[in-house]
Amino acid sequence: MSQQAGWRSLPKAGVTFRLSTDYKTGDWRALKPVIDYNKCTKCMLCWLFCPDMAIVWDGENVVVNYDYCKGCGICANECPVKAISMVPEF
Amino acid sequence: MTVNGDEAVAYAVKQSLVDVVAAYPITPQTIIVEKFSEFVADGEVKTEFVPVESEHSAMSACVGAAAAGARAFTATSSQGLALMVEILYIASALRLPIVMAVVNRALSAPINIHNDHSDAYLMRDSGWIQLFAENVQEAYDTTIQAFKIAEDERVLLPVAVNLDGFFLSHTLENIYMLPDEVVHEFLGGYRKVSKVKVDYFDEEVPLALNPARPLSFGNLDLYDYYFEHKVQQVEAMKSVPEVVREVNEEWFKLTGRRYGDGILDPFEVEDADVVLVGMGSGVGTMRSVVRRLRKEGLKVGLVKLRMFRPFPFKEVVEVLKNAKVVAVMEKGVSPGSYGPLFLEVNTALYDLKSRPALVNYVYGLGGRDLVPDLVEGMIRGLFKELEKGVFEPKLRYLGVRE
Repeated sequence: MSQQAGWRSLPKAGVTFRLSTDYKTGDWRALKPVIDYNKCTKCMLCWLFCPDMAIVWDGENVVVNYDYCKGCGICANECPVKAISMVPEF
Repeated sequence: MTVNGDEAVAYAVKQSLVDVVAAYPITPQTIIVEKFSEFVADGEVKTEFVPVESEHSAMSACVGAAAAGARAFTATSSQGLALMVEILYIASALRLPIVMAVVNRALSAPINIHNDHSDAYLMRDSGWIQLFAENVQEAYDTTIQAFKIAEDERVLLPVAVNLDGFFLSHTLENIYMLPDEVVHEFLGGYRKVSKVKVDYFDEEVPLALNPARPLSFGNLDLYDYYFEHKVQQVEAMKSVPEVVREVNEEWFKLTGRRYGDGILDPFEVEDADVVLVGMGSGVGTMRSVVRRLRKEGLKVGLVKLRMFRPFPFKEVVEVLKNAKVVAVMEKGVSPGSYGPLFLEVNTALYDLKSRPALVNYVYGLGGRDLVPDLVEGMIRGLFKELEKGVFEPKLRYLGVRE
């Protein structure tokens, strides 16, 4: 969680006071997707199906941005070559 | 001008440079919307009128409009208000200065279209400022004042203007109205949106939906910030009495009319042993009885509460501390407890070392008349009890058949 402001300094009305990317939302994840690059064919279906844009293309590979991944497992479910496995976070 | 309470509110809204009115008709509020839609149809106002399909949508449309920086108004009653409740909390938490006329009516069941304050009590904890009008003139005055109070930088909270159904909404009264330009000047023209500082802009930006400086409203706000935002609302409520007083004084300079200090209006309480506390149109009846009994030498007084939320604890203590008995006149009921107004007055007086005895009179439910004889009998009874010094039971009904 980012640094927390008190009620006196918070903007009114609950409007966001930082960019949405500043709010890390991956901390409620229980299972995290891990990509096996030996199997991955870079078909990008995981990227297409990710509901949170947590899967990104780094120029060479598909990688998971764990700051925002909630561990829903859709990517692992949709992967046609079963390259993604969901492993316990802790 | 001779108008009924609903028309008076419609005229006040017409003069207040309101950008958006979204409303759904419900008795006894209907005339407000009817009259206002006439103004719109005749081209007398530039207001965008949104005829919605329910009160839930009426308040939602007002929230959207106000979030975009518009001055928004709606009106409702009873079940309509109940249907709005979800959005009432959103309006106040998003700090949107919406004004709503609540034409007070009993809540079902049994179905009843007449007046009591059940609907006002229903929205008690929603974070809205609640003002009560005693007569048609006050309903007109308060509606215009409400915009100024709501939009004040120190406040930024929605305001409900309560007027009693039928007793005020459908009763013709001769009232004084201000010329349009004077109202425009009083309100400072169209709504001015306040500014907010957020980390990702290096300037203060309007606290409104604006494509040039985008902000998102209605965000998820879990245990990390929800608490702080609620405290902000509570703290904003603290500035309300000051603002209401200022607006009341400014109105007085403009019109020669004021309502006590804007918060409460005491009548003959300085040396009174028995003091009545009430809100809304019933106060008029009570005042006439108090005036009559005073001529007989009975030491009786009356406090008219104009502001119910935020509740003026300090002011209530100040005005009631010397009374021997306080009769809280309640036009609502909370099954299983005392009336909401009684609980507030009780809380206010608790810290006094020697405090007056308190009784709670529930009256006028479902529109039953509060006739002067009933009030007179009640006051005389209280003086008799005062001699004995026993006040039981605490919760009483005025005008109910055994």
